[in-house]
Amino acid sequence: MLMTRLKSNEAIASLVDGKVFIINCHGCKEVGFPEEEAKALQKELFAAGKVTGIMTTDYICNRENMKLRLSYHKDEIDQADMVLIFSCGVGVQTVSEYLEDKKVCAACDTIRLPGFQGVTPQEVDCGQCGECFLNLTGGICPITACSKSLVNGPCGGTKDGKCEVNDCMECGWERIYRKLEAMGRLDVLRCPTQIHNFATDDATKECKQSK
Amino acid sequence: MKVTDLFKEGKFVVSAEVGPPKGINVDHLIEEAKEYLGRCDAINVTDNQSSVMRVGSLAVCKALKDAGLNPIFQLACRDRNRIALQSDLLSAAMFGIENVLALTGDHTKMGDHPQAKPVFDLDAVSLLHTMGLLEKGEDLGGNKLDGEAPSFAKGAVVSPCSDSVDAQLLKMERKVAAGAEYFQTQAVFEPEKFIKFMEKAKQFGKPVQLGIIIPKSVGMCRFMNANVAGVHVPEEMIEELKADKEKTKAGITGVEIAARIIRECKPYCEGVHIMSLGWESKIPGLLEQAGI
Repeated sequence: MLMTRLKSNEAIASLVDGKVFIINCHGCKEVGFPEEEAKALQKELFAAGKVTGIMTTDYICNRENMKLRLSYHKDEIDQADMVLIFSCGVGVQTVSEYLEDKKVCAACDTIRLPGFQGVTPQEVDCGQCGECFLNLTGGICPITACSKSLVNGPCGGTKDGKCEVNDCMECGWERIYRKLEAMGRLDVLRCPTQIHNFATDDATKECKQSK
Repeated sequence: MKVTDLFKEGKFVVSAEVGPPKGINVDHLIEEAKEYLGRCDAINVTDNQSSVMRVGSLAVCKALKDAGLNPIFQLACRDRNRIALQSDLLSAAMFGIENVLALTGDHTKMGDHPQAKPVFDLDAVSLLHTMGLLEKGEDLGGNKLDGEAPSFAKGAVVSPCSDSVDAQLLKMERKVAAGAEYFQTQAVFEPEKFIKFMEKAKQFGKPVQLGIIIPKSVGMCRFMNANVAGVHVPEEMIEELKADKEKTKAGITGVEIAARIIRECKPYCEGVHIMSLGWESKIPGLLEQAGI
């Protein structure tokens, strides 16, 4: 959990599709987590009969811990059509990679946190870009998994599945395409043209001031 | 003249490409273009191609236009943020340059200034979207433009022989949704792959120009196979180049191969785009052999 803020109600409403299993990560919530707003929203979803279960844990970015915790909720997760996660982008990517057949969505945007050294694992990376794209990319971050941080699909620079800039790196968009294809969710990629907002420093300032 | 008007007339559109030099003397480039590219409907001017710093695409487009030729302004997102991209689009329109090819651009690490900051504020898709906004008299910040709105022939690229062709098709679909009106392809050496690609791409209803590179030597083909994404020269073509060294050196074999690829693919596409890489002088002969 880095510094996060809730996506807009409309954005979250558009994600919720059928029954939902909710994960809250309180790993480093003291850094900045919209706890009250998240609770209020989850209460609404619960009252609407849409929630199969809620799990609140710490450090879902810790893979072994996450797997163990999720195993306690297996039935609730199986009953759900999707998993909605209230955490930073690292948490969402870690769960998304593990529950590979499940639609996993981010309820929060991760905001840039200056100077934070982090306790997050190396396998996945969150760019803290302030405008989480994981819901449009099958839970694989295009900001950190693509050399050009492209948000509208791959460039022509893929050679044998590798990025032409760095042949140790798989093409992030190739991974995104394959994952969504395997899930039968390629339509996600037919979303409107995305334009990255680079003015998220204000959100960092607001979040720090409110603490 | 807009290339989109030529497609509408049903013309098989021929374009070639010139690469601006690393310096300010473009007289030679203009002279060669006048001498060899007269039969082309339009001439692409590359934008710091391969991330190598050169004189600007827009300036060379203006020089070509002044010389009576029809330029296509290649505009890459690597070196400019959304303010500079929009500003250059307005500058192009001010000069009467209407053909723009939207590109994401190679990464800075591929070129001669690998330390440079790659921008990619927008990408080819969002750049096409932005061009559409400018045409409506509005910028990406939601502000109104003064006076007459610009109008562009909005081009884009696609890589038909890429090993991830389905992902390329999806990207093409997004470019069409963002306003792309025609496509130029990465160089094709495998007509059967191109034809298969076109069977799927025709659903988008946009004209496609087959991309052609004249193979100059065995070394060039091997280099492209090892380093250029989406380009694969089959071994039998390399053997053809090996067979008669003198003929290959003179460009005869390369032109024969390129003409054959054009003839095979012509029934499936709406034009051809020739990336001559310094061999502009071979283009008239190539077009003749290809029956264009």
